[in-house]
Amino acid sequence: MSRREKIWWWVGGALIVVYCLFPIAWIVSLSLKAPSDLNTGGFLPTTVSWDNYQSILTGGTKDLFLPALRNSFGICLIATAISCLLAMFAAYAIARLDFPGKKLILSTALIVAIFPIISIVTPLFNLWRNIGLYDTWPGLIIPYLSLTLPISIWTMSAFFREIPWEMEQAAQVDGATTWQAFRKVIVPLATPGVFTTAIIAFFIAWNDFLYGISLTSTSRARPVPAAIGLFSGESQFVQPTGAIAAAAVIVTIPVVVLVLLFQRRIVAGLTNGAVKG
Amino acid sequence: MSTTTLPPTKKDAPVSAPAGHTSDRARSERKLGWLLAGPAFLVMLGVTAYPILQATYESLFSYRLTDPDNRSFVGLENYGVILSDPLWWRSLWVTGLITFVTVLVELVLGFALAMVMAKALSSIRPVVRAAILIPYAVITVVSAYAWQFAFDINTGFVNSWFAWIPGVGTDTDWFGDFGTSIFVICLAEIWKTTPFISLLLLAGLAQVPEVLQEAAKVDGATWWQRLWRVTLPNMKAAIMVALLFRTLDAFRIFDSIFVMTAGANGTESVSFLAYRQTISRLEIGLGSALSVLLFLSVVLIAAIFIKGFKVDLSQARGEG
Repeated sequence: MSRREKIWWWVGGALIVVYCLFPIAWIVSLSLKAPSDLNTGGFLPTTVSWDNYQSILTGGTKDLFLPALRNSFGICLIATAISCLLAMFAAYAIARLDFPGKKLILSTALIVAIFPIISIVTPLFNLWRNIGLYDTWPGLIIPYLSLTLPISIWTMSAFFREIPWEMEQAAQVDGATTWQAFRKVIVPLATPGVFTTAIIAFFIAWNDFLYGISLTSTSRARPVPAAIGLFSGESQFVQPTGAIAAAAVIVTIPVVVLVLLFQRRIVAGLTNGAVKG
Repeated sequence: MSTTTLPPTKKDAPVSAPAGHTSDRARSERKLGWLLAGPAFLVMLGVTAYPILQATYESLFSYRLTDPDNRSFVGLENYGVILSDPLWWRSLWVTGLITFVTVLVELVLGFALAMVMAKALSSIRPVVRAAILIPYAVITVVSAYAWQFAFDINTGFVNSWFAWIPGVGTDTDWFGDFGTSIFVICLAEIWKTTPFISLLLLAGLAQVPEVLQEAAKVDGATWWQRLWRVTLPNMKAAIMVALLFRTLDAFRIFDSIFVMTAGANGTESVSFLAYRQTISRLEIGLGSALSVLLFLSVVLIAAIFIKGFKVDLSQARGEG
């Protein structure tokens, strides 16, 4: 590659980075603006103010935000754990065993993944009210499985297919017991796939908005995207923009940390499940 | 479950003996397979098949939660009400418009991004890769707010930055009418989902045999010719899979519209219309009928893709 060409690819890469980070930079900048600074039409705050963070973490709107944050973490982690556990068994069967119905399971996962969420919301809304699951954690964990389970089955089967299963037998030939062969050989090979799947499933659950606003009514179970979407502010006289921006930044931090730590794996997981490389 | 969206089943070389003569080993493997995969399968059916059947049943009733005593069987009347209401056709048109515009732009832009990433120098590749995952991982509501506040007449910077463009001034109200609202909504959607498409396309690019590129280069093909005659045809499967998924995903658009316009100025999508009927107006019968119609639309789109464009979904299931 010539020097000139190198510079061009470098510029291209830099443009992509700007494209991806610009709106994030904007919401961060907005969250640091003082109320008097909000309507000036500038990108950057004239002076950095932490008022908005104070308002949602310790101030007047903390009861709107903090319970929602707790709900989101709890509900998303439980939904992710359940779907990873179910998907682990299913993916093992799909990758290793030969049985009819393998295709049926994968096709079902595909259909569930493209299912319009509102078509699930409407019947659940009524049913949950009748059986007391409306505005509870289980009332969200169960429908979240429709988001996390299909992608988990997919991604994990793609990962498990690449495990050299013969190594299990090889270990047994070398004198390991079945359990030892599984624990010492297969588990270490399978863990990265399970872990990556969990991250992707968590992202999808964390992103949910429609279930969140439809199946909850109070801070008992309302997850954070729904809380932000319905944010009313400290009082009707205070513009909620700054507080919303601060809340948006805080819910973005966990996903950014996960992306920075595990970017290579996440890309492998996303593309493995969808297009076989 | 509809069978129209199922990919054609390919008969693999039989590993187990034909039915009737199943060996003990094959039988126990089959049993173990269902034992392990069964729970996941049942849960998937439970959270989708059951609700859609329930919705189909409820769509046959005139039923408002605010007036539960007057629940009565009306047959297909709810469907008649919806299909003869311009609101439904309007929201279907808006949804179709957003889907078409965003998917088209995302495909072109995503391809450009994938090309840059494929060629990016190894020193900056991890940075680019991490950056590209950020829009994918950021929640839709946050992205919608970021774009809304950027274009907002009071808090935004767009009006002051782009005042030099004719028609844009400090008093431009982007959310004041249909066209500009849709423009901002599409922009937010494109920003958020292009990276995902570009990752799928990048994986597709990696599947194009390098020898073919070299051979074409030796034969004197220009960059453009190589793109159209070698690269694109060889990644058709990856493109179609990305297209199918993004189309169906775009068709369910809800979050951005809720945050940015709440359906004002005729920007209501089909999902939003169904949400409003069920959750805001508590019209369970009508809302259910809308849910069923939306589900049928998705099935129809998937069927068109699979039958019409011959998308090979075994690709999508990692069985390629």
